[in-house]
Amino acid sequence: MSKTDALSHEADRGGPRQPLILARNLKKHFPVRSGLFNRQTATVHAVDDLSFEVRKGETLGIVGESGCGKSTTARLLIGLMELDDGSIIFDGDILGSDISLKDMRRSVQMVFQDSYASLNPRLTISDTIAFGPKVQGLSDPKDRARHLMARVGLDPNRFAHRYPHELSGGQRQRVNIARALAMSPRLVILDEAVSALDKSVEAQVLNLLTDLRVEFGLTYIFISHDLNVVRYISDRVLVMYLGEVVEIGPVDAIYAKQAHPYTASLFAAMPSMDPDNRTQEPPLAGDPPNPIDPPPGCRFHTRCRFAEHVCRDKRPALAAFGDDPDHLAACHLRDPSSGHSLAGKEIAA
Amino acid sequence: MSKAPLLQIENLHVRFKSDRTVHAINGLNLHLQEGEMLALLGESGSGKSVTLKTLLRLLPPKRTEIDGTVQVNGTDIMTLSGTRLSAYRGGDVSMVFQEPALALDPVYTIGDQIAETVMRHKSVGRAEARQVALDMLTRVRIPSPERRLKNYPHEMSGGMRQRAMIALALASRPKLLLADEPTTALDATVQIQILLLLRELQREFGMSIIFVTHDIGVAVEISDRVAVMYAGNIVESGSTRDIIKDARHPYTRGLLAANLHGVDRGRRLDTIAGSPPSLETKPDACSFAPRCTEARPQCLRALPPFFAPSPGRQVACNLEEGYSPASHGLTAAPAIAC
Repeated sequence: MSKTDALSHEADRGGPRQPLILARNLKKHFPVRSGLFNRQTATVHAVDDLSFEVRKGETLGIVGESGCGKSTTARLLIGLMELDDGSIIFDGDILGSDISLKDMRRSVQMVFQDSYASLNPRLTISDTIAFGPKVQGLSDPKDRARHLMARVGLDPNRFAHRYPHELSGGQRQRVNIARALAMSPRLVILDEAVSALDKSVEAQVLNLLTDLRVEFGLTYIFISHDLNVVRYISDRVLVMYLGEVVEIGPVDAIYAKQAHPYTASLFAAMPSMDPDNRTQEPPLAGDPPNPIDPPPGCRFHTRCRFAEHVCRDKRPALAAFGDDPDHLAACHLRDPSSGHSLAGKEIAA
Repeated sequence: MSKAPLLQIENLHVRFKSDRTVHAINGLNLHLQEGEMLALLGESGSGKSVTLKTLLRLLPPKRTEIDGTVQVNGTDIMTLSGTRLSAYRGGDVSMVFQEPALALDPVYTIGDQIAETVMRHKSVGRAEARQVALDMLTRVRIPSPERRLKNYPHEMSGGMRQRAMIALALASRPKLLLADEPTTALDATVQIQILLLLRELQREFGMSIIFVTHDIGVAVEISDRVAVMYAGNIVESGSTRDIIKDARHPYTRGLLAANLHGVDRGRRLDTIAGSPPSLETKPDACSFAPRCTEARPQCLRALPPFFAPSPGRQVACNLEEGYSPASHGLTAAPAIAC
């Protein structure tokens, strides 16, 4: 249902098979400056050679720990940060040459984690929602705002003239969602959009997001650290570690069997929800390493219990490893020709 | 009841006064035995953190009105002041905060901070206190503890800082450790390390822990017993197993459903409609009734009494009225199954 809606979107050009977003070899490094002359002393490898696609009508979940580059990826896709290298192709148009950033921004909107910081405290709710359409010269911005408020569950008569500080966190996040929808986007990036909400409110917003996806024919990128939420809402999941993709695939395949040892550790770290069967051993020791000067080879080899020499020497490529061409992992264990002693063998990752 | 409980809170009320009044805690009763791990579970504004701060007397006295009694190890802590209060804070009871980067002093090394606490509470010399600090860092499994003693907080990672914070809190061997969402700011793989560490340390030191969290999964991982808070009071308490497998209060059931554990993809989520009350007036009926799909007329008329559907369970909900009232009626403390 949602798929057909997204594919029959009026702005659709390339047809159902063409990805909505094709990200190729995205790279973003930040210089670290220090000392008397403010010289560059180190580099944060926030995103390194990141390639993936977002298909029309799907929800792509992105998971990973802090500092792995999830939010940088989102900001690169929406043009809030400039790419150091790589290209973004939006429905067949290369960003920067075939399609301008301004034109793409109509089609790609974002909802941030901090519902309060992302609203202008001096604009009323209806002005906030109408602001984007007004700037882009769309018709009847005020009517559009009132309609969207009603759609996200905020009575326009009660809320239109209120200010952000008069709203609860859940209500503010509904305003942010309405504001994102005001531009009739095709892709909405939700960057930890429900993480700051209380659990009971989070469930309400998730139901709303599910309904809106069908109704407006949307495609979502859903960034979160909560694996339960990602499983509930996503079709495919992308797992990041220190600026790289370590695994990507259909949500059921990844949740049933993780191919990369890092993904497996992330899942093992989830609370068990079973008082008779609590976790006995932490899956990983220590904290995620700093993205300043990440380890060579496979970036996970410093914490991986299967690491061998090859893992330190050679960076594993992201490749399909089994019957499912959609399920990819970047691990020498999954590549029989890698030279890893356990390569290709069944291991409990 | 074999022994007097370590902690006894009876009919606690906390009100904050400023431009408007907030009734943060409304008639809370809580008992805790020695060596017990209790999780206080609730959403923001339910009064979890206020309860912990009351226990350490950290609330601003001028703007706070506190009624009720709080006894720790037989002492009424509301009567403490001056040196006795200082000895109590960090001595008998100490606290681990959510944000170790803010709770630790940035201008002193970890070793200095732990040693200072030890010298304060145990009246020992500097050399001996340093030795205790080193021992504590080893116990919280910080690698190369000798070197870490000389580190400043900013030189450590988030997980390491939280370990140091725990070492600091346990340095004077408190009987009760209060943990205010100590893992919320941490990554998942680090969170599970800290939870397992607290479980081990609890066994080692035999202290009691009150662990405040909004995450039901974390509560299951750490606690023996769970008390669910809503609008400034406990609405349900019982063993962790009972709460997870047989939640009685509609709010607890809603919270469990909202955790999304094992929910089918694409299925509509059962949600709790609305949002928690503002607590500007003192609740005189069930605070959850306006959001409850099973509310009855009597829920809106008076505060629901505590019922005891099984030993060690307490549920403040009229739906349970077939069961016997909990031992002390309305003001009952959650019974304890030791």
